[in-house]
Amino acid sequence: MAKRRKLPAPPMPSALQAPPPRPGEGNGATPIDHAAEAGKTVVDWVDERTSLSGAARWMMFRKVPKGTNWFYTLGSATMFAFLSQAVTGVFLAMYYRPDPSGGAYESIRHVTNEVFLGQFVRGMHKWGSSVMVILVFLHMGRTFFFGAYKYPRELNWVIGVVLLILTMTMSFTGYLLPFDQRAYWATIVGVNINGTGPLIGPYLSDFLRGGGEFGATTLSRFYAIHMLLVPGLLAALIGAHLYLVAKLGTTAPPWIKAEKNPELRKVDA
Amino acid sequence: MSDKHSQHKSRYTVDRQIPGAFEGETVTRRRFMTIGSQAAGGVAAASFLLPALGFAIGPIFKEQPHTWESVGPTDMFPDNNYIPTVITLTPGIGEAGKATVYVRKRNPLLDTDKADLHTQFIAITSRCAHLGCPVRWVDAAERFICPCHGGVYDLLGRRVGGPPVRPLDRFYTRVVDGLVQIGPRFSVNSELERFSPRDPGEPIDGIGQYMYPSRPSERK
Repeated sequence: MAKRRKLPAPPMPSALQAPPPRPGEGNGATPIDHAAEAGKTVVDWVDERTSLSGAARWMMFRKVPKGTNWFYTLGSATMFAFLSQAVTGVFLAMYYRPDPSGGAYESIRHVTNEVFLGQFVRGMHKWGSSVMVILVFLHMGRTFFFGAYKYPRELNWVIGVVLLILTMTMSFTGYLLPFDQRAYWATIVGVNINGTGPLIGPYLSDFLRGGGEFGATTLSRFYAIHMLLVPGLLAALIGAHLYLVAKLGTTAPPWIKAEKNPELRKVDA
Repeated sequence: MSDKHSQHKSRYTVDRQIPGAFEGETVTRRRFMTIGSQAAGGVAAASFLLPALGFAIGPIFKEQPHTWESVGPTDMFPDNNYIPTVITLTPGIGEAGKATVYVRKRNPLLDTDKADLHTQFIAITSRCAHLGCPVRWVDAAERFICPCHGGVYDLLGRRVGGPPVRPLDRFYTRVVDGLVQIGPRFSVNSELERFSPRDPGEPIDGIGQYMYPSRPSERK
């Protein structure tokens, strides 16, 4: 670190001059250095007891193939869309009341019209859900067209399909929560589409409604599925998905050919 | 001592030369502890999973009490046109629990389905048999028309166009003290024969009645 050039101090009465450094002090450390040192101490303390830094290095410092491009960011983009949904959803839950006799609609109206930044946060959640579904499909398309679902990554494709289904479940259950006319009738239709599956369909739609008719607990059922059941599964499976990505590595794009030069194909020991 | 290559092994641990085995012992203590602790874990998990699962799917099997709701005096309903009435299917949730039912007097010239005490007045649901949107009786066309996907039904509720898979559901009716009352729902096939109530989108002609079983709690 280069020493900062300092102008000579102006002549000051000795009472106002800074006292000379005492023995053992003044080794040139600034408060920033002290803060950095404290941070390192804390990180070391945690790492000594958890060995987390090894896991972080394993996760973050991976070799990626030649030809990795912007299409490879779609998975991370989907994950950030999920995180955005999780955060905005938690704060929307602070205002939302799953009460079918008017309270649900009223609480959403209150969030949209009266709460500070309420319209913005609700808008993030509403539009973010569409963004997430679009990103999921783009990510899936990238994986398909780059052939990244092939051995040994088939299991990660399967987990991804489950994540897609869970994302659709989130969209379906979340659509009812504003409890306006559109939400109500779309859910009636959606539940009945589930019911058209032979043999198990009728039981599935009864499970979703919690009975034969749209009832008093249907809304709270959807709310519980939307904010407790599915998000937990989603988070856990995203963890498994990421673990497999880190373990198996990413694929090169299909247009990258293997190196012909034998020197360059040598693997470092 | 048993032969190393023999297929048959003694059941007794002491014969298998397991250190510390007792005379007559067939399962090692390590194996017994493994099975025992796994079983205990299984019992502990089942003790909260099974009740929770039953709690979640219980409402499917719960029998709903049959309610009868008065919608008006008998002379309010003609036999050649429908009067829309509103009944409460689910009490306690306000507008979301209400539904429109189209009611008319039975007309012997039109209605060829089975006549009995509970069909002296014909009550037809507004729930489309396609996917459950609300159908509207259009007087000028003498048709029930669904706004969502274009389902069209005739005066008897039989499908004449669009995607619905069966006629509109009906409700049992009765007359008490000169008032028409609407009771439980039933479904009809294309011959207007009665079936246990099915959800929209579930055909009940032919094999459909087996592919889409009715609720155990509402089966007759």
